[in-house]
Amino acid sequence: MNQPATSLIRPSHRSLFPYIFAALFTLAFVDSWRRAGIDPLVFFESKGRAALAKFLTGMFPPDLSWGFLSLMLRPTLETMQISILGTLIAVIIGFPLGLLGTHTLTVGGILNEADLHNAPLRRGLRYGLYLTARGLLSLFRSIPEFVWAFMFVRAVGLGPFAGVLAIGVAYGGMLGKVYSEIFEAVNERPLEALQSLGANKLQIFFYGWFPQALPNFISYTLYRWECAVRASAILGLVGAGGLGQQIEISMRMFNFSEILTILMILFLMVAAVDYLSAKVRGML
Amino acid sequence: MSKSPVKHTFDVIPSVSAAGQARSLVKNLLLLLAVGAFFIWSYIGAEIHLTQLFSRDSFDQIVIYVKKLFPPDVSPPVLREAVKGTVETFAISFMGTLMAVVIALSVVFFASRNLIYSGLLYEMEPKRGWSRAARMLPYFGAKSLLNILRTVPEMVWALIFVFLVGLGAFPGVLALGVHTGGVLGKLFGEVLEDVDSQPIESLQATGANRLQILFYGILPQVLPQFISYTLYRWEVNIRVAAVLGFVGAGGLGQRIHIAISLFLENQLLTLIIAIYILVTIVDYLSAYLRRKVI
Repeated sequence: MNQPATSLIRPSHRSLFPYIFAALFTLAFVDSWRRAGIDPLVFFESKGRAALAKFLTGMFPPDLSWGFLSLMLRPTLETMQISILGTLIAVIIGFPLGLLGTHTLTVGGILNEADLHNAPLRRGLRYGLYLTARGLLSLFRSIPEFVWAFMFVRAVGLGPFAGVLAIGVAYGGMLGKVYSEIFEAVNERPLEALQSLGANKLQIFFYGWFPQALPNFISYTLYRWECAVRASAILGLVGAGGLGQQIEISMRMFNFSEILTILMILFLMVAAVDYLSAKVRGML
Repeated sequence: MSKSPVKHTFDVIPSVSAAGQARSLVKNLLLLLAVGAFFIWSYIGAEIHLTQLFSRDSFDQIVIYVKKLFPPDVSPPVLREAVKGTVETFAISFMGTLMAVVIALSVVFFASRNLIYSGLLYEMEPKRGWSRAARMLPYFGAKSLLNILRTVPEMVWALIFVFLVGLGAFPGVLALGVHTGGVLGKLFGEVLEDVDSQPIESLQATGANRLQILFYGILPQVLPQFISYTLYRWEVNIRVAAVLGFVGAGGLGQRIHIAISLFLENQLLTLIIAIYILVTIVDYLSAYLRRKVI
């Protein structure tokens, strides 16, 4: 922090990159503008203005009647429950795949240097395992949770179960990737010390590896849980339970005061979860 | 930026008192109990039975569904539609992210404390009084605006904008732009509040005014991080843009919605492959740009 800012000043080098970049950027901009049908004037035309006015006046005041609020209690709790169970399943999926997808655990590193040194077949097998795990994780997280939810709604029917599975699979992919990064980043020296004491692999893992990774591990999982709360609140738009279903219904009926109420509930819920998760993280 | 990495050394073994040990044990047990209760509560509430989760029946259902997905439909009209959807999704994410940057940049300078009312730049100003209050007002205004933009999820923004401007890709762009604008505004604000004060101080000492300090002392410091965050959000947005169509906001999601609703599973697989390819390309592109620009 006490360094002068010189590191940010680069010597200029001749390169075509800025020109190519500018050209491509302009091209993408012009093409995207046309393709996305961008029309800022919509809001100034009478139709757009009328819709905006209807929306804004419809939104206030929010519907805080006891009947509606008590109706919302169940979906709100359901959203929380989907996020918690979804994260649990994500850990169940992500942890083993993350372990297999850790290079220093599966193929390389000091755990394996004696074993796999002169055993090309076993090394190949392990490498296959490693690549499979990585591929699965990448597949799980590349398909958005919404698509997962929609597919699970088709496969297991409407309701929170589809949401739980969707969050479990999509977030399992993300957690697995990050877990493997955390595992790869551990300090190798304690591992080596344990090894030189004659500890076996399991012992090295539990006494050298895991304790180092655990705080990051928990903290990232909690962060993902926060994301899962947001996600499960809107997965209901495709029929996977929770608050999203209610958002869709209210939107269809043009009940904007209910929308505002739901958004307020969402805000409070997310804030509470963030607070709780920060508290737990502080205890680590 | 301001935190230096702390290296833990274990030269001295920290001694823990017996009372401290007992207290931490109790604390851990309580935490564990709370977590366990949480899980049980959700398990009961989500109407899931472990038997259902791991039952032959639901497993079979999933296997049947997966089997129906294969092989992907690669007939020319489907492919053409997939390519069109992919390009449209790209366009939505691109324009949405640009709009977000515009929103974030026009709000963020009001939403960072050290630029608007406190810190080095305002040392010489009176601590109390109208001028300070007048500067705090835009700060709180900007902060709450960013909070509102950020709190409402993209999908809900998309629903709202579909109502306001009609079906199509445009509401998708607006939804991404507005939500991401809030997120980027928060991230940019954190970067701005974290700038190194030394260059600012030296500029101030040479008699630069506040605008000059902003352009020569602050922006050069924060620009790389601004770009990096923007690229990161673009990666997120490409994934969101792929599903915004579920609520009628164009792109691949619209085609996926149709394919799922009409039980066209083979087409669905084609579209999912298209998402995978698009997401992977954008990730690489973004990583390349990050290396190149920063």
